[in-house]
Amino acid sequence: METAILEKIQEDFKNRKSCLSHRIVICAGTGCIANGAMDVHEALAKIIREKQLPLTLSLKEEIPPGEEDPILISKSGCQGFCQVGPLVTIEPENILYTKVKPEHARDIIERTILAGEVITELLYKEPQSGQSCKNHEEISFYKRQNRMVLKSCGDIDPEDINNYIYSGGYMAARDMVLNKSPQEVCDIVKEAGLRGRGGGGFSTGRKWDLALKQKSPDKYIICNGDEGDPGAFMDRSVMEGNPHSILEGMIIAAKACGGTEGQVYVRMEYPLAVRRIQKAIIEARKSHFLGENIFGSDFSFDIHVMEGAGAFVCGEASAMTESIMGRRGMPRVKPPRTAEQGLWGKPTVVNNVETLACVPLIIRMGADAFKKTGTTSSPGTKTFALTGHVANTGLIEVPFGTTLREIIFNIGGGVLNAKGEIDNNDFKAVQIGGPSGGCLIEKHLDIPLDFDSLKSVGAMVGSGGLVVMNKSTCMVQIARFFMKFTQSESCGKCVPCREGTRQILELIDDVAQGRGTQKTLTLLEELCETVQETSLCGLGKSAPSPVLSTLKQFREEWDAHIEMNCPTGNCKDLVSYTIAAESCKGCTACVRVCPAGAISGNRKEAHVIDEQKCIRCGACVETCRFDAISVGGRV
Amino acid sequence: MLKTTANTEKLHNFSKVCEILDKFDRQPSKIIPILQAVQEEYRYLPEEIMTFVATSLGTSPARVFGIATFYSHFSLEPKGKYIIKVCDGTACHVKGSSGLVETIQRELNLSEKNHTTDDLLFTLETVSCLGACGLAPAVVINDKVYGQVSKQRMKELITEYKTMEA
Ligand SMILES: Cc1cc2nc3c(=O)[nH]c(=O)nc-3n(C[C@H](O)[C@H](O)[C@H](O)COP(=O)(O)O)c2cc1C
Ligand code: SF4
Ligand code: FES
Ligand code: FES
Repeated sequence: METAILEKIQEDFKNRKSCLSHRIVICAGTGCIANGAMDVHEALAKIIREKQLPLTLSLKEEIPPGEEDPILISKSGCQGFCQVGPLVTIEPENILYTKVKPEHARDIIERTILAGEVITELLYKEPQSGQSCKNHEEISFYKRQNRMVLKSCGDIDPEDINNYIYSGGYMAARDMVLNKSPQEVCDIVKEAGLRGRGGGGFSTGRKWDLALKQKSPDKYIICNGDEGDPGAFMDRSVMEGNPHSILEGMIIAAKACGGTEGQVYVRMEYPLAVRRIQKAIIEARKSHFLGENIFGSDFSFDIHVMEGAGAFVCGEASAMTESIMGRRGMPRVKPPRTAEQGLWGKPTVVNNVETLACVPLIIRMGADAFKKTGTTSSPGTKTFALTGHVANTGLIEVPFGTTLREIIFNIGGGVLNAKGEIDNNDFKAVQIGGPSGGCLIEKHLDIPLDFDSLKSVGAMVGSGGLVVMNKSTCMVQIARFFMKFTQSESCGKCVPCREGTRQILELIDDVAQGRGTQKTLTLLEELCETVQETSLCGLGKSAPSPVLSTLKQFREEWDAHIEMNCPTGNCKDLVSYTIAAESCKGCTACVRVCPAGAISGNRKEAHVIDEQKCIRCGACVETCRFDAISVGGRV
Repeated sequence: MLKTTANTEKLHNFSKVCEILDKFDRQPSKIIPILQAVQEEYRYLPEEIMTFVATSLGTSPARVFGIATFYSHFSLEPKGKYIIKVCDGTACHVKGSSGLVETIQRELNLSEKNHTTDDLLFTLETVSCLGACGLAPAVVINDKVYGQVSKQRMKELITEYKTMEA
């Protein structure tokens, strides 16, 4: 039965879809749900029912006779532009409404669905030109991307396996399971040049090859959905928006190396991802894509979900296997690699979510076509989480080789200054690769981004966090932020990482709190290098990168701190608050709010702050209605 | 009188734990999901229950404690009814999450050391990314995500939850 079933589902789905008059897609990713997408969903359904229009909430439902033209309301995963969510797409007109609220539901049904009118107020407006965009294709945030992995998130219903099948899903897995030898599968992926998206950029095909060569009756495939990097949420979006693509990738990986059991390791902060993957696994089992003799072959493979309990280091492959076995997630010395000895001492392939989601695409399009995007050494696309001081934040996907300039100024719509206005001259740096990466500045904006070019400038693709920072950002604080993160996440197994990161953090604190000297900076650099060279796992080895890179790119700023001056006014101990006499109206609001009694002055006369008493809490700045109080370096 | 209620309650507690243990076939390798389920039930990991879990799984209490202290999600102290998680990931940090932490501490009389209010209503935690970075700064109260939270909005949220309880 299994061989014909995929085509049958596709056929049925197509027929039912052709009966639809409209499809309303509501983004139901975490971001849009937080902004009220489910209320919008409910409100739309309510109005449709109230008007007694034919409505279906799933294509699986039978369409009652005489109601040939129903309206389908479906949910999708994150479309990447959560900032302007909830997003609602209307098909076939191809209209995208942004920031939709339940009170817009009536208008959408009456004016757009029934009267075919576009509601201009709900369209996205380009922040720079003010131009209204009718759909994704007209928005510059989307226009310049190349969404391959993310394409289906935002289109298909993640909770409906038939929807995934309709879009061509499970065809690649079936083809590999039924028609190819494990070695052939490895070779296709090797030929495509796929490199792991989890940070290291190791060749996926070679990893599979290594596992294939191991002699063992049991082998494991782990999908790494831990996504511990702060600021990254691409894996979450794929798990929530297209869970079947990961399962399909895992089936293909299992075929390639003789895998017998799979585990999806998801962090428990992602409850929606956990739920959707679990649902996908159940549906895939029902369809015989998982379990015994899948696709009617003699190949058996099943997948389980494991929820992480909040330890960043568990994202490291050997620590992850420890955690799945019910132990403390501590990395171990390699070799042997996990592909040789992992879970329960058996060969284990650990692959990132995005890597696995790429696999069915490669099989479908062929290695040669895949290699056409990206650069020679890094083929394909990469998703980035674009955040920070940039007009359009969100999840983007671009070919490797795209420049930061393109990403920040075109897709991102430009840099935001401290007032929240677009001002490209306010660009200061972009942090890439999270706690293991580094900061890049103006002169790096035109290098084509890929695994190797980033390494050569002391940064890393990492999991793909891109944090844009404007001139109000203090680089010492940024370095401290990442160091604090890795320090508190160190598993403590090896001394350089456990003690070294603590000392680095203390040295940074010395600088930030006015106790630093040039010697502190020299010591800091030396210590960073030692920790880098002597730590056991990637956490310790890369922990000093953000510090070293800010020391390199922003030495003057560190030097200023040594001279008791934080130029951006972020380090509390190195700033002073002053009241500009000409702007102060003497309203006494700040006097009343200051917890330290540091402000004095008579009504209707300019006030002054006593620097000795000031505890630098900033309460006065927040209270002043006349912008009369400023924060600045001490010098 | 008081004592008996406490005892019956405890017995009732252990029957819950047994249910959880059975759900995972009492496999020592499933200790992390078991502790997660226990914590969901009690909102923290009570000491006597961890010992009970260790004995039931035929492993040492030290191992169970070792795991409970390694993973940040586990708590050995009672948590409040509402857990306010403020994201302090990169994106949220750059957009001012530390201001939110200060606001909450001030509003609820909490400090660096004291994370839970005396009435066990609120617990304040910082987490390193909620995966909603597009909406930075983000805050989660129990399971509900709030995006682009300002200090003002944070104060309102606390009041809303307090009124709900009053
Ligand atoms: C401290 C640390 C944390 C990591 N966290 C993750 C993670 O959250 N997700 C991930 O896919 N890889 C993570 N990695 C990388 C994994 O060890 C591993 O290289 C990766 O999952 C392999 O998959 P790939 O080849 O598909 O990239 C981490 C590595 C280290 C050292
Ligand atoms: S480098 Fe750090 S995280 Fe890695 S094993 Fe050593 S102590 Fe643990
Ligand atoms: S959740 Fe809707 S766009 Fe991200
Ligand atoms: S950094 Fe706050 S949600 Fe990701």
